[in-house]
Amino acid sequence: MAITREGMTVSQTQQETDADKKAFYEQLQGFVGLQIGPPQPAPDEVNIPMIRHLVEAVGDENPIYLDEAAAKASRHGEVVAPPTMLQAWVMHGITPRSNEGDGPYEQMNRLLFSKGFTSVVATNCEQVYDRYVKPGDRLSMTTTIDSISEEKTTGLGTGHFVTTRQDYWDADGNRVGSMLFRIIRFRPAAKSKPKPPRPAPATTHDNSWWFDALKDGTLLIQRCKGCGELRNPPHPMCASCRSMEWDSIEAKGTGSIHSYVVTHYPVVPSFDYPLPILLVDLDEGVRMVMNPIDATPEDLQIGRKVTIEVHKCDPDLSLPFARLAK
Amino acid sequence: MSNKLGRTAAICGIGATEFSKDSGRSEMKLAVEAVSAAIDDAGLTPSDVDGMVTYSTDNNPDVEIARNVGIGGLRHFSRVHYGGGAACGTIALATMAVATGAADVVVCYRAFNERSGRRFGAGVQDLPNAATAERAQFSYTSSQGLLTPASWVAMVARRYMHLYGATSEDFGRVAVAMRKHAATNPAAWFYNQPITLEEHQQSRWIVDPLHLFDCCQESDGAQAIIVTTPERARDLKQKPVMIDAVAQGAGKDQWTMTSFYRDDIAQLPEMKIVADELWSSSGLTPADIQTAVLYDHFSPYVLMQLEEFGFCKRGEAKDFIKNGNIELGGDLPLNTHGGQLGEAYIHGMNGIAEGVRQVRGTSVNQIPRVEHVLVSAGTGVPTSGLILGVDR
Ligand SMILES: [Zn+2]
Repeated sequence: MAITREGMTVSQTQQETDADKKAFYEQLQGFVGLQIGPPQPAPDEVNIPMIRHLVEAVGDENPIYLDEAAAKASRHGEVVAPPTMLQAWVMHGITPRSNEGDGPYEQMNRLLFSKGFTSVVATNCEQVYDRYVKPGDRLSMTTTIDSISEEKTTGLGTGHFVTTRQDYWDADGNRVGSMLFRIIRFRPAAKSKPKPPRPAPATTHDNSWWFDALKDGTLLIQRCKGCGELRNPPHPMCASCRSMEWDSIEAKGTGSIHSYVVTHYPVVPSFDYPLPILLVDLDEGVRMVMNPIDATPEDLQIGRKVTIEVHKCDPDLSLPFARLAK
Repeated sequence: MSNKLGRTAAICGIGATEFSKDSGRSEMKLAVEAVSAAIDDAGLTPSDVDGMVTYSTDNNPDVEIARNVGIGGLRHFSRVHYGGGAACGTIALATMAVATGAADVVVCYRAFNERSGRRFGAGVQDLPNAATAERAQFSYTSSQGLLTPASWVAMVARRYMHLYGATSEDFGRVAVAMRKHAATNPAAWFYNQPITLEEHQQSRWIVDPLHLFDCCQESDGAQAIIVTTPERARDLKQKPVMIDAVAQGAGKDQWTMTSFYRDDIAQLPEMKIVADELWSSSGLTPADIQTAVLYDHFSPYVLMQLEEFGFCKRGEAKDFIKNGNIELGGDLPLNTHGGQLGEAYIHGMNGIAEGVRQVRGTSVNQIPRVEHVLVSAGTGVPTSGLILGVDR
């Protein structure tokens, strides 16, 4: 019963959201085809010095852009500008343009912002050329909202692709080229929450020394001072001789897999799943549970040799980890 | 020397709530319903009860149940440790009380909302981090992500597979048998829902090598069992069910579900102690058992218990269970109620009730000519077991 109720709630939310999205998309489509602001005139006519700057910067040695003789001999019959400079001719300098008021583009952006699509990234640009432009041409540009996509989810987040079309015109009002410029206005993907720390061990007077040594990067094995027997996990009395006197030795850091599991469920946010966990026989003869490093579940095999490394998991916890021997 | 508890007490009443995933009421309400039903089943009145036993993780104080049900003064009350391992342990304590005169009529019970409330399968990651040995037992496994009963059992199961060549399909045969039995038990959650071995194999991983269908359910419900003297039982409403033997056991180097430090982890020495005690104290052998309820929180431990009880040799359970041998009609039908995989996870108490029904002859999946039923409690922890028999 509870499952059914939950299921209904989820699907209703889903329907409302889809309807909202559709209405919002329709609203956005109202901006498609609108021209953004008045035509932008180029600050300068097409000129040799700017062409020179570009071809030198990009290392383009085609003589038709600067060498009058070579250009004359070409099918152009005169010097022409590199087509890819199309956008450059109408670009403004580093001084920002004055605020252009409340046109369709600003209105569209406000609508996008209202739904949280506040971030922007340019995604691609395509140019089409009607003719070569040449020194002396004085260009102007008009911008139109070409298309707005429905909601899409990308690696950046969820948003709408907005494509504008810049048309470039000569003084006679003939188009010389055009450019489609696509951006995505998106809602930044929520930063994934930092992983909570691993469940902390309960430490007592009998085992805290072992965890403290791990924090210093050392894996210790408790040793009975009465009979020399090694034991793990730590405990206060030797079951062989009942001595409560003990010291410890540093583990050599070698062993083999005694058994292992690969946990899939439940997913505890401190870990990545599927999560392999090993029961390791240390060569000294004691056993410990540890996670493997750099191993996939397929690599695991009972009896496989491992080397053991101590790694810091968080400021308060370091643990031994097993690296599969080659 | 074995204990002298055999045939000193009998079970005279059983009572349960329905088994569900969401009881919709308090654990205390479940408890009083089951206890009250068991008193009615026995033909007793609440004031006849003078002893109560439950086991750890039960949230219902005995005196509060007594207050609710109208049970008067109590002469014996006790609580056994280790969760499901203590299911038959409650009967052991009740038997000791009855045999010694510490009490005459003892109610043993378990009531919980284990599915709609705190789920044992959710893991121990959020347990309070006290500086106690009880809590520190998790200190060597939890930080590595070994947090659930399924994960603890899986570690042992993998080793068992490695040593004896048992496969996931062998575990699956247990699940298929339990679901087959549940399919004809109207009280079972999985009534009318048998599974195939293929479905077992295709069920999702919980902890590899355990599939979903290797893991028992999580359930809400309550079960109560009433123990009294054989003499008194004979005067009551139901045919007495004799407690032929009862025993508890904790093994050498015992941990709670994580006995990973023994030389051989693919054994259940705690259950071997129970088995030896049951056989020696009763004089019975595996050949005397017509049907058994083996604790099936996770299917691999059913195989290992068959070996510890001596129904087959070590490592040979995978052969023993083949060809429907543990299903109705087989040599040793197991968990005829559907077990905890099929009926409900009531921490083993519902298995004792099924043992009682088999001896009474009232099971929905009744085995012919039942004389002795073996019942075990939770494995991998300090545990317990009993043999129920007909009165002679
Ligand atoms: Zn010693």
